[in-house]
Amino acid sequence: MTPSSSIAAPGAAPGHEAHHEHGDHPSYLVDGTTVKSWLLTVDHKRIGIMYMFWVLLFFLVGGIFAMMIRLELLTPGPTIMDAMTYNRTFTLHGVVMIFLFMIPAIPAIFGNFMLPLMLGAKDVAFPRLNLLSLYVYLAGAGFALWGMLNGGLDTGWTFYTPYSAHTTTTVAPVLFGAFIIGFSSILTGMNFIVTAHTMRAPGITWFKMPLFVWALYATSCIQVLATPVIGLLLLLVSAENLFNLGMFDVARGGDPVLFQHLFWFYSHPAVYIMVLPAFGVMSEVVSTFSRKNIFGYRAVAYSSVGIAFVGFFAWGHHMFVSGQSTFDAGIFGALSMLVGVFTAIKVFNWVGTVYKGAVEFTTPFAYFCGFLFFTVFGGMTGIAVATVSLDVPWHDTYFVVAHFHFIMVGATIMAFLAALHYWFPKMFGKTYHEGWGLVSAALIILGFNATFIPQFLLGNAGMPRRYYEYPERFQALNVASTAGASLLAFGFVIIALYLVWALIYGKRVDNPWGSKGYEWLTASPPPTHNFVGPQPTYPEEPHFYVDPKKAEVSDAV
Amino acid sequence: MQSSHSASAQGGAKLAAHFASLDVQKHAARLGMWLFLATEILLFAGLFACYAAYRFLFPEAWAASSRSLDLLMGSINTIVLITSSFTAAMAVHYAKEGKNKMVGHMFFLTLLMAGAFLVIKYFEYKHKFHIGTLPGRYYFYDGIQVPGAPMFFTVYFASTALHAFHVIIGMTVLAIIMVRAYRKGDFGPNNYTAVELGSMYWHLVDLVWIFLFPMLYLV
Ligand code: HEM
Ligand SMILES: [Cu+2]
Repeated sequence: MTPSSSIAAPGAAPGHEAHHEHGDHPSYLVDGTTVKSWLLTVDHKRIGIMYMFWVLLFFLVGGIFAMMIRLELLTPGPTIMDAMTYNRTFTLHGVVMIFLFMIPAIPAIFGNFMLPLMLGAKDVAFPRLNLLSLYVYLAGAGFALWGMLNGGLDTGWTFYTPYSAHTTTTVAPVLFGAFIIGFSSILTGMNFIVTAHTMRAPGITWFKMPLFVWALYATSCIQVLATPVIGLLLLLVSAENLFNLGMFDVARGGDPVLFQHLFWFYSHPAVYIMVLPAFGVMSEVVSTFSRKNIFGYRAVAYSSVGIAFVGFFAWGHHMFVSGQSTFDAGIFGALSMLVGVFTAIKVFNWVGTVYKGAVEFTTPFAYFCGFLFFTVFGGMTGIAVATVSLDVPWHDTYFVVAHFHFIMVGATIMAFLAALHYWFPKMFGKTYHEGWGLVSAALIILGFNATFIPQFLLGNAGMPRRYYEYPERFQALNVASTAGASLLAFGFVIIALYLVWALIYGKRVDNPWGSKGYEWLTASPPPTHNFVGPQPTYPEEPHFYVDPKKAEVSDAV
Repeated sequence: MQSSHSASAQGGAKLAAHFASLDVQKHAARLGMWLFLATEILLFAGLFACYAAYRFLFPEAWAASSRSLDLLMGSINTIVLITSSFTAAMAVHYAKEGKNKMVGHMFFLTLLMAGAFLVIKYFEYKHKFHIGTLPGRYYFYDGIQVPGAPMFFTVYFASTALHAFHVIIGMTVLAIIMVRAYRKGDFGPNNYTAVELGSMYWHLVDLVWIFLFPMLYLV
């Protein structure tokens, strides 16, 4: 069982199947079965799995809030809750989804699991810090949830001052929770950066790193550079709320717009913390299922870094209506569009990869298709809202809600589900039922469109966001949106069912895709220290597929 | 601080299983620390941004309030902190030579000065509580009645308190390393990463103050 073989000689079967469960090298899943061996593990793979458990749980919580919002908006008047409850519901939905689901989802689960494997490393650079980041995340989540149960808050996930400084709902614990979660995000980011710098196996140069690693690297840079600023801001706002210091309070000489600047200085880059890992996943998926090296590898790698960089200069596009000068607005609009250029580079390269590839239409690939649509469509609406004259009427309407759900949620969820299906055999050594996978993918993509396309129309017709009642004429579209959301929820239920089924009864597999990604160079599920035997060698690029026509032969494992 | 756990006695460093070599391990620890320090600087950068914004809005209040601070105490504190940074650096020097006792002594001096810093800060705070140069709605000082003065003290207290909090964290870290140096004699030419990282952190605490001092007291 030498994982060092394969890539150099396509055609040679890696020959490491059937070694999973027995012998001296049990897989990470069965190496220690006590509760303690999980809770105190420093194995990046187990930490990834634990993250998966919690992140999915919070996704469920956020999802329940989402369905409550949609149910309330089913009819023009009050439907299932009062105005205050509605305010709390959409705030908690936003807070849970952003801070507890979207930010950690791909990096903390799949990043933790795959990054060391993809670099030929035995673990991340600081394994104990890695475990700590999980518990820091849970502590932050605990704080936030405690605040939610004891009163909740009604500021919206953006915590805009001066309102957040004065509201009598429980702001401070939730903000403090978000602050703590920020630490966890910083720790993970630091760990990834140091791992990429110091732990690449011999032979893996920077430009032989898998694109998922590049994306994680760029994401980590944003996490490390932006999170401290919002950390400080959250502290200041909690202090403001508790002690009335006047930092952002006009009555005391403070400036609420300063809050917006600092907030968006983080939160605009934060949207890339959510989508860049998604882009990374998709680069892996598209390459594997087209059986081609990614078209324009370097361009894709650089554009991640480019997005990370210009992402820091675009925050002002959230403040077009805050009394910004026309000049500033113009500059921020133009800089925002630059992000679109970098994203377009990726899109063209993905499409170029599929072109003339030997496409295998699997569940992850289905999500890739959905992803491409959401990214392009959502990105176009981004360009539209970055145009000052268009954004002024659209600002704070459902148009913006639809825009950011399309790009941020759409792209991230597609990638999350693609990653889940693509790496499920890697993580558990088993496979799921492909038919069910495709059916639920179709449901989810349809449901998503049905939820948010009506919201573009609603916003364009003038329906403001964050209102729990609306005029009669908006009802038809709102009903459509709620119906779409139900379809979406149904899709998730199906996925949960067949994946749990697969965990228990799934067919044993090792590398069902014949993927050439570095992470597949070891057994599935991998042994505790990732590789058995000598250090693997990496003579080829990570997405190296031979001629598509011959690929079938060489990949028959 | 990877090595902290795995260090064995007599100044030899132990290699954690997942690193290729000791050099790599040291490099990783140092890189991690630099990144962490960068995040700390950025944390304060947010406050500096607030400072800049409000100074721009309230130039007179800023000038008047800044003059009301005790320049003497501030200066003493600056000198104390710079000296403590020096002793922290000396600790690294001795650690590289394996002189564990001197490492302990140096950190002890550093801690002493850190304590002095906090005591002086305490008297400064006490005075402010007494005369009423306090943040936001707690402000009741008659001496400066320019609009924006309470804001100066909001920024002042926010930044000095956050800094003092860092002083306390730094003291805890240094104290742990000091005990290790005295008790176990852990450090030597191959194993001084913990000392190095600890004093790097201390330099950061010093550096932040070097920014805060002119900003708040002098300008
Ligand atoms: C690439 C992924 C992107 C994500 C994840 C994303 C996410 C978001 C989010 C979350 C918001 C709403 C924030 C809120 O107020 O609650 C938003 C608003 C906005 N986005 Fe994007 N966005 C992306 C791409 C873009 C691009 C490429 C542009 C410009 C070319 C853009 C321009 C805007 C503008 C101008 C707004 C503010 C609209 C308003 O509040 O009136 N976005 N985006
Ligand atoms: Cu933005």
